[in-house]
Amino acid sequence: MKSEDTVLLEVKNLKKYFYLRTGFFFNKTAGSIKAVDNINFFIRRGETFGLVGESGCGKSTAARLILRLIQPTSGEIFYKGKNILTLKRSQMFKYRKEIQIIFQDPYASLSPRMTIGDIVSEPLEVHRIGDKNSRIKEIKHTLKIVGLNPEHVNRYPHEFSGGQRQRVGIARALILQPELIICDEPVSALDVSVQAQILNLMIDLQKEFNLTYLFIAHDLSVVKYVSNRIGVMYLGKIVEVAPAEDLYKKPLHPYTMGLLSAIPIPDPDLEKQRQRIILPGDVPSPINPPSGCRFHPRCPNAQDICSKQEPELKNYPENGNNHFAACFFAGKPINN
Amino acid sequence: MANNLQEKILEVKNLKTYFHTDAGVVKAVDGVNFDLKRGETLGIVGETGSGKSITALTILGLIPIPPGKVESGEIIFEGQDLLKCKISNLKHFRGNRISMIFQDPMTSLNPVFNIGNQLIEAIQAHQNLSKKQSYDKALELLDMVGISDRKKRMKSYPHEFSGGMRQRAMIAMAIANSPSILIADEPTTALDVTIQAQILELIDGLKKKTNSSVILITHDLGVIAKYAERVMVMYAGKPVEFASVNDIFYRPLHPYNLGLIGSVSKLNEEKKERLKPIKGTPPSLIDLPKGCTFALRCKFAIKPCWDSFPPTIEEEQNHFVACFRAKEFLNGSLKRE
Repeated sequence: MKSEDTVLLEVKNLKKYFYLRTGFFFNKTAGSIKAVDNINFFIRRGETFGLVGESGCGKSTAARLILRLIQPTSGEIFYKGKNILTLKRSQMFKYRKEIQIIFQDPYASLSPRMTIGDIVSEPLEVHRIGDKNSRIKEIKHTLKIVGLNPEHVNRYPHEFSGGQRQRVGIARALILQPELIICDEPVSALDVSVQAQILNLMIDLQKEFNLTYLFIAHDLSVVKYVSNRIGVMYLGKIVEVAPAEDLYKKPLHPYTMGLLSAIPIPDPDLEKQRQRIILPGDVPSPINPPSGCRFHPRCPNAQDICSKQEPELKNYPENGNNHFAACFFAGKPINN
Repeated sequence: MANNLQEKILEVKNLKTYFHTDAGVVKAVDGVNFDLKRGETLGIVGETGSGKSITALTILGLIPIPPGKVESGEIIFEGQDLLKCKISNLKHFRGNRISMIFQDPMTSLNPVFNIGNQLIEAIQAHQNLSKKQSYDKALELLDMVGISDRKKRMKSYPHEFSGGMRQRAMIAMAIANSPSILIADEPTTALDVTIQAQILELIDGLKKKTNSSVILITHDLGVIAKYAERVMVMYAGKPVEFASVNDIFYRPLHPYNLGLIGSVSKLNEEKKERLKPIKGTPPSLIDLPKGCTFALRCKFAIKPCWDSFPPTIEEEQNHFVACFRAKEFLNGSLKRE
């Protein structure tokens, strides 16, 4: 079970609403987008927590909240037992050193005017670590760890391929020796054969430096490969949290079932036998989310209660340890 | 009918499309051969820059010239070589007999015209119908692709549609003139997973209903396993393996194909096995290595691989491979590990 010393990060009742302003001076509030609406989860030291969902479900907003790049509407974020939302600017500075991020698009997240040496050394300069010589040594060492040639410190990002650029991004996150790395879709912009390289690298680094990952993705097969536990988000809510194996073996929430079923498996015979669940419709707008359970308009199992009442995230211990789902009919199979 | 199924409706022979740029000649498509049978789905797999999209664009005559140039080859469709067609003649095929669904529906739809306008334009370009008839036809098309509230949707602009609906509208346009070949170039890459499944089911359903053929271009091996009957694997502008979908997955003979299959994590596997990536990155198409383009990344490379590109050989029935070592994989003397 979770205890204070094993939990590195805990998010409690976190909410982020973006208000839509109208009027001549944008002084009227027309409504709000509930990007993240009351989510709870925790990450243990040394584990990988996968956060999965389709575009607009709030997974990237959650990442930005944890980094405190944006201020939440309400809620608490505990890092090593301390609520970081109450930290002062100077205290925040130290915290930022321990949490780093790897971005999705290695083409957009590296400045084209800086050499990769400059890019990787910038965090050291910001945090005033070491002098010029020790920094260069450190940079070369880090480049080597992520599988780049240390001789290339003076090259520019355009001289590298997508996979190599993502390695630069990883080196930049790694150089401050962080505890937690937030990976915001780190491989979705890469080619299949290169994706596997980067995923393997990230797993190796985790073992070597005892890193904790918050791994955000829309692809359940990638998340399965790296994660210990997984949270599934839909329209700003977490609908299911479970250890990775349990989630794939026995998904409880119909959305998770649909998501898993939607991904074709690269195995023709299996694929021909498989009964697929095709979820109808689109993800509704977060400005005006459906009443009750937000998934009910697309849910094949929906009943009257689903549109009236919002299901809470509950533990279903009979389906593996710590398997949580927010559904009135959790575990009920879907009949197409 | 069985005979009809085997009928080749498209044949591409030794197609070469090069781009002449300041930096050098980019051999985007370099010797592609394949045929398409009526009613089948042919999958083309490959990574960025492997030439799969350029192959499709060349078939439709959509390559910008210059810098592009079709150096050689034949594209035989309905008894005619499309490469020798005049532009005016080509218009008869393009969007009519052969049509295309593009990757990104937002950039392929015109933002200043409503969906109805764009659909009717596609219909009237090739069919001699009155305004009223075209309008009715457009409504019918929207129904076929599963867009509800059709009359209102005809007046909507692309920005009012969600990603999935835009792609549905694109598909409606593509099937407007009941083409015999539908080329889908990464039709779902820009879409969410659950929407992806909807769109692919739609394309597959329409294919079966109209007995047309589909060329499905994708980098997703899962999609290939589900929908394709035959598969062409491309690498750096060249086809390296061409076979039935089962052969591609269960009896791969080209090391690149082997590597691709090892690179993807499978949702169905119980144990978490370590992925086996292909080392290195795809080569630049400007200065390709002299021998096999894959040799640099290949763990099975031997001496001849560095001297010349291996010829494409039919190693088994309907299983074409361009690799010097394919025979060894086939007779088991070389393990696929």
